[in-house]
Amino acid sequence: MIKDFVKGLWRENPVFVQVLGMCPTLAVTTKALFGLSMGMATLFVLVSSGMVISAIRRFVPRQVRIPIFTVIIATFVTAADYFLKANFYEISKALGPYVPLIVVNCIILGRAEAFASKHGVARSFLDAAGMGIGFTLALIVLGSVRELLGSGTVFGYRVMWAGFTDWIIMVLPAGAFITLGLLVGVFNMMDKRFMKRAEEK
Amino acid sequence: MNTFEELILIFIAASITNNFVLTYFLGICPFIGVSNSIDSSIGLGAATTFVMTIAATVTWIIYHYLLAPYNLVFLQYVVFIIVIASLVQFVEMVIRKISPPLYRALGIYLPLITTNCAILGLTLFMVLRNYTFLESVVFGLGAGVGFTLALVIMAGIREELAFCDIPEPLKGSGITLIIAGMLALAFMGFGGIISG
Repeated sequence: MIKDFVKGLWRENPVFVQVLGMCPTLAVTTKALFGLSMGMATLFVLVSSGMVISAIRRFVPRQVRIPIFTVIIATFVTAADYFLKANFYEISKALGPYVPLIVVNCIILGRAEAFASKHGVARSFLDAAGMGIGFTLALIVLGSVRELLGSGTVFGYRVMWAGFTDWIIMVLPAGAFITLGLLVGVFNMMDKRFMKRAEEK
Repeated sequence: MNTFEELILIFIAASITNNFVLTYFLGICPFIGVSNSIDSSIGLGAATTFVMTIAATVTWIIYHYLLAPYNLVFLQYVVFIIVIASLVQFVEMVIRKISPPLYRALGIYLPLITTNCAILGLTLFMVLRNYTFLESVVFGLGAGVGFTLALVIMAGIREELAFCDIPEPLKGSGITLIIAGMLALAFMGFGGIISG
């Protein structure tokens, strides 16, 4: 059971390993805070749609499952979008159309299809929570790196020294691609090292 | 009424200066997954352009004549995604009936398009920016052309990449993302063509 949860954090991390859900990942991570909010919104949709889909999985005919899953996901996304608009208007404005775009985030439909439609509610919950938290962590890491180099702050707190020149490129689209590419490389390197150590033991 | 000039500006903005893939990060999944050969990229690009143009047309009509007048805007995400999914199905059926050669060429790519975030993104941007009917159609077409352009360039680079000596941890998605970053830099250079 616990494996269902942990695998999303590292071994099958949706961003670094599966390279899924790229559009929100790259688009909103100009600041760590935006990454965190996007991650939380995705986590909410992932968990609630995963549980609903798993609960109704026996009543859904195979041929029309994808449209049904999509409608369920879109419903929760609408809820998340209105929640953000009502309570965190500034963040909602900054994230713009990328909140509704959670509907077509491949991670969510992917987990619905690959896991929730085949397993019970409890396991689907753990799987979705693991994937969602793994996604959120990846977004926070990416957002922190880009914010640190792009504006010299992390979560809005000044980290860099006073004379630091901001790397404008990091908050531009090109910086997003390059940072994520390098982070994927670092992730693979660390992963390999862990594997080696595990083998030696 | 729009002048012809404005429509051309929207087209250029959607296809080059504000390229969907390289500045809005829409449609990255096929961009990274499918862009292995030039031929399949052209196929997917053509199919996507086709669906994008029709999707922009249909969702504009639905939004302005159905959702907005009856105060149903909160349903727009659900409605849009259903429209796009059924549109893809429909287009697939029509092409199979009318032009079997075209169907054979595009066939396998069509179902992939439903989950392409570029299409839903396109319809959302269209609503957000309050485009008129004609502007939306041109916007859809431009976005599709831009998507194809990015996909084909990427495929061309990746075909060469097969012969290169890439550091082990960067192989696969890592190097693809870094190249995409460089492409985004290159496309930034077009920014001066139009302002805003």
